[in-house]
Amino acid sequence: MFDKVLIANRGEIAVRVIRACQKLGVKTVAVYSDADKEALHVQMADESYHIGPPPVAQSYLNMEKIIQVALESGAQAIHPGYGLLAENAAFARKCQEKGLVFIGPNPEPIEAMGFKVKARQIMQAAGVPIVPGNVEEALDLEQTKGFAQEIGYPVMVKASAGGGGIGMQIARNEKELEQAFKMCETRAKAYFGNPSLYLERYIEEPRHIEIQVLADNTGHTIYLNERECSIQRRHQKVIEEAPSTFVDQEMRQKMGTAAVKAARAIGYNNAGTVEFLVDPEKHFYFLEMNTRIQVEHPVTEMTTGVDLVEWQLRIASGEPLTLKQEEIGINGHAIECRIYAEDPDKNFMPSPGKITKWQVPELEGFRADVGVYEGYTVSPYYDPLLAKFISWGKNRDQAIDRMIQALESTVVDGIKTNVSFHITALKSKLFRGGRTTTNFIDQLKKEE
Amino acid sequence: MAEVACPMAGVVAEVKVQPGDSIEPGQELLILESMKMMIPFQSETNGVVKEVKVNVGDFVNEGDVVLIVE
Repeated sequence: MFDKVLIANRGEIAVRVIRACQKLGVKTVAVYSDADKEALHVQMADESYHIGPPPVAQSYLNMEKIIQVALESGAQAIHPGYGLLAENAAFARKCQEKGLVFIGPNPEPIEAMGFKVKARQIMQAAGVPIVPGNVEEALDLEQTKGFAQEIGYPVMVKASAGGGGIGMQIARNEKELEQAFKMCETRAKAYFGNPSLYLERYIEEPRHIEIQVLADNTGHTIYLNERECSIQRRHQKVIEEAPSTFVDQEMRQKMGTAAVKAARAIGYNNAGTVEFLVDPEKHFYFLEMNTRIQVEHPVTEMTTGVDLVEWQLRIASGEPLTLKQEEIGINGHAIECRIYAEDPDKNFMPSPGKITKWQVPELEGFRADVGVYEGYTVSPYYDPLLAKFISWGKNRDQAIDRMIQALESTVVDGIKTNVSFHITALKSKLFRGGRTTTNFIDQLKKEE
Repeated sequence: MAEVACPMAGVVAEVKVQPGDSIEPGQELLILESMKMMIPFQSETNGVVKEVKVNVGDFVNEGDVVLIVE
C-alpha cells in the first residue's frame, strides 16, 4: 500500500477519499485554491498545499502544479476523484511519466472511452449492445438523412466527440433533422473542436441504469450490480438507488456480463462504470463508460458491503482483486439524495453563500458524505454539491422511510438547498411506485 | 437614478447592455456564471443605462451594485 496519497479534488469526494486513506493508514495530501482555504478537505488532510486562484483552469486543472506538489510532498500516488482531472488521459500519462501512480485506469482505456464513435465501434465489436445507429462519424447531411430513413424516426443527433448532454438533439422528421444537424454541427465544433456527428435511434422514456465494475491490474474483472440513476435535472443526476426496481436477476446478470465484457474489451483496470440506456421493453444499450469513481458509488457500497474507494487504492497499489463474482450479492436497498446548494422554488437556481446552520442527523441505516460544515462559505466557483445522503433499508420502503426521516430532521440555514425537493420526491406515489424515468421531475410537477 | 444590485454571487460571464441603452423588464442585463451554471440576470424595471460597473471576468457578491439606471 502507498505511504502517502495526494487528492486532486475538493468537496465531498476529497473528504471521502481522505477517509478511505485514513482507514488504510495512508497519509493524505490536499490541494486547494484561494477559494478553498477553509474547506473541509484541507482541514482533514495531513498536509495541504495551495495551488492557485479560484478558477479551476488555474488550480484544480493545473496538471503541472499538481504533479509538482505530489513530488514535493513525497506522495506516491494521485487520486483524481470525479470530474476535474479524473477522465483526463493526458494527466494519467503525465503521472506515469513522473513515476506517480494515477489511481484510476491506464491512459489507454480512458482514451478509448473518451471518443463516442470509437467507443461504439469497440463495444459493437466486443458484442456489447449499442443504441442502434451508425458507428462511423463525419456524415454529411444527405448521408445522415439516408441513415435516419433506415433506422426510423425519431432519431438523436449527437456529437462524436461530445458528452454531458452537449451537442445532442432529437429529430422527429426530416425537417427537424436538417435543423438538428446544423445546430449540433455548430455546437460540436465550438465545444469539442470537432464538428463530426453520428446518429442514434431515439429511445422513448429511457432509464439510465449503470453497472459498477472493478478490475485489477491482471484483468480480473467483476460487476457489482446496477444503480438506477434516471432522476435528473439538466442532465445531472439528483436521486440514485440500488438495486433498480426495473431490473430482475436475469437482466442484472445480462447487464453485468455485458459490462464486464465492455471493460475487458478496452483492457480496463480499477473502478469504472458502464452506463446503459434501457427502454420500456427492458432492452439495454451501451451509452458510455465512466472511467472513474462515480458520485453515486455509495449506494453500491451500502448494498454490497464493498468499499469501492478502498479497492481503488488497493488495486492501484498493485494488490490483486480478491473478490469473486459469486461473492457479490445484494443486501437490502439503498437510496442516495444529492444535496445541492440550489433553490428548488426558483428552477433550481444556484445558492452560494455562508452556511449559518448545518444540522444533519445520525440515524440507523443512514450515511452522510459531507463536504461542508456550519460556518463554511459555499463558493460560487464550483459545482453546488454540498453532501450526499445515503439511506439503507432491508427493503426499498424502509430505505425511503429512513431517507424521509433524515431529510426532515436536516436543518440548513443561510443558503437554499434542495432538501425540500427530495422530501416531495420521496413522498410521491411516483417514486414509491418505482416509476423513476428520466421524465420524473416533469411528471412530479404534473401530479402535484 | 436607481442602483441595480446583483441577485447572487458569481463571475460576470457576459455584459449585455452598455451606457445609453434603454432597458425594459425581462431584458437580460448580464450573464452570471455561478456554480458551473450560466444564469441570465434580467431587468425588473424600465430605464436607460447610465453606468455599467462591472466587466467580464469580475467576481460579484450578492447585493453588489452592477448597473446605474435612470
